[in-house]
Amino acid sequence: MSQAAEATTSSVRSGSRDLRLSKLTKEFATFTAVKSLDLVVPQGQFFALLGPSGCGKTTTLRMVAGLDTPTSGTIHLGDTEVTYEKPYKRPVNTVFQSYALFPHLSIADNVAFGLKRRGVKDVKQQVADMLDLVELTSQAHKKPNQLSGGQQQRVALARALINKPEVLLLDEPLGALDLKLRRGMQLELKRIQTEVGLTFVHVTHDQEEAMTMADTVAVMNQGVIEQMGAPSELYENPRTTFVANFLGQSNLIAGQIEGRDGDRVTVRVQGSLASVRGERAHSDSGEGWLGIRPEKVLIAETGQPIDAPGDVITGGYITDVSFVGVSTQYRVMMPWGQELMVFEQNTGARPMLPVGTKVDVSWRPEFAFLLDASQDAKAGIEED
Amino acid sequence: MTSTAGVPPVSTHDTTAVKPRGRKLTGYWLILPGAIWLGLFFVIPFYSLVSASLYDPAGSVLTGYEMTWHVANFADAIGQYKVQIGRSLLYAGSATALCLVIGYVLAYAIAFKSGRWKNLMLVLVIAPFFTSFLLRTLSWKLILADDGWVVDTAQALHLTNVLNLIGLTSTDDRLLATPFAVIAGLTYNFLPFMVLPLYASLEKVDIRLIEASSDLYASPIRGFFKVTFPLSLPGVVAGTLLTFIPAAGDYINAELLGDTNTRMVGNVIQNLFTAQGDYAAAGALSVTLMVIIVGAVLVYVRTAGTEELV
Repeated sequence: MSQAAEATTSSVRSGSRDLRLSKLTKEFATFTAVKSLDLVVPQGQFFALLGPSGCGKTTTLRMVAGLDTPTSGTIHLGDTEVTYEKPYKRPVNTVFQSYALFPHLSIADNVAFGLKRRGVKDVKQQVADMLDLVELTSQAHKKPNQLSGGQQQRVALARALINKPEVLLLDEPLGALDLKLRRGMQLELKRIQTEVGLTFVHVTHDQEEAMTMADTVAVMNQGVIEQMGAPSELYENPRTTFVANFLGQSNLIAGQIEGRDGDRVTVRVQGSLASVRGERAHSDSGEGWLGIRPEKVLIAETGQPIDAPGDVITGGYITDVSFVGVSTQYRVMMPWGQELMVFEQNTGARPMLPVGTKVDVSWRPEFAFLLDASQDAKAGIEED
Repeated sequence: MTSTAGVPPVSTHDTTAVKPRGRKLTGYWLILPGAIWLGLFFVIPFYSLVSASLYDPAGSVLTGYEMTWHVANFADAIGQYKVQIGRSLLYAGSATALCLVIGYVLAYAIAFKSGRWKNLMLVLVIAPFFTSFLLRTLSWKLILADDGWVVDTAQALHLTNVLNLIGLTSTDDRLLATPFAVIAGLTYNFLPFMVLPLYASLEKVDIRLIEASSDLYASPIRGFFKVTFPLSLPGVVAGTLLTFIPAAGDYINAELLGDTNTRMVGNVIQNLFTAQGDYAAAGALSVTLMVIIVGAVLVYVRTAGTEELV
């Protein structure tokens, strides 16, 4: 059956070494970590698997690396099936979350490990080049425990990259670093990936990290991929409440879907009618969640004009204000008893509104999205 | 903690001045029991042993010994018993090597493959200690007896011929009263001293490092020699020392399982001390053995690169 599928894909992209997972499933004794996952990672892409801990993303990665055996399903690299291939025979390398550097070997020997195991005779020059790439030339003769966390991370990256794998797997490699270092390493990783042009599959629970680095993000939840696409596409047009909440924040307002009318879907929200563009409406009838990102919501004191408004909803008042530098985040209690989040850029056009101020809110209809109401509106909200 | 100008400085001064001194003293008090123990049971016996090794060999238990700084005792002892010294080192070395191979497999299995049976297996490793060393060695005499099933099986499989060939047994197809029996006894008796440190070392090996090695193109066997084994070296060094040192000085196994041709230096020392009462020769031989072992250990630990152990 996969023969036919292979034939069609290879005719579409001949010579391509895409990573393809089909119907990949991993069951453990008490739960199913990955449920019939279908996924294609095009060659040369920076691909991010994003999801909360326990969503199955690391298990997926380990199956690609060969460290876990799938219960069913297949893994292909181009036309070669590698589902049951031993990890040491796969053209795949991993940057482990714990780095897993060999403590008894020097940095240079750690980096040379993979090449030596494959019988490459003269590794010196390659090791030197790789250490140069990750800027660790001066540390070559030290042992891993003499290095800082960020340096160890770069050694782990160099140790995997030097093998020029077809797919480089990154298992939350930046998780142990502090925020500033992490931002730096994100840019570094992205630069290296562009430079070497390998396929990177990056597993992370940090949505900001996934969005800044990846060409394509797949949001994973409870063993399945909820949605996949370019970061901006996922952010602007989430398909499920989980994606809407996990990737950034969303205001989800309950409404009655009136029906589709050409390229528009109309929703009755708290007494007024709102329309959502067709490609952003992921439900056509019944109950729905009307979603709008907090930074898309415009706010003004009741009666004041709102700049570039859509439909104006009045009768709210501010319950909380927090100033975060570039923006001010308001919580607005709406007449129907729901708090909406509103992020306003601190342009200086008007002073901060104090708590208790009566306000009107508005948003441009093209920024709204519509989701099926059978889903939990709080799915994917991280408690931290 | 915060010293304000108005507050009398007495209280803070007291705590800061007294505390370190108290702590220092605590350290010494804690050392005291160990120091007394070492003084009573190591320094004093060691002193008396070294002085005995320099007594005039003309003395005896009945007439008493004279301290004449008779250094020639050493040359005499080494000259007379060099065969037994060499044999001790050879037997202890062989037993240590066997213990290392058997113990490593066992420790590896317990550390990585035993799952929920881990604690039970560890108890089983120590279980022989519940019976006396002497009794256990004596029962090997029964197991290896001439008409026992072990000898029968070995003969049937022609193992005895192989052992004869490499000189571990003599030509009469016996197992008892041969070098084979002594080395087997030593291996058996000291195996737990090898297994436990090896286990402690292997248990600490991060399984993720082994995964990383297999991710980096190392087959399980190469991964073992490149990652697992080097990381378990402290256990290997500790285990071989704990096996080799007592085995080199052991005389029970050679006494019970060997014959006159398998006598080890321990047997000689025991005989000189208790049967012949030749304290000077026995002392000289004991000190010689000690010097050889300490020297060998230092060289070994240096080459194994685990100086932090000593």
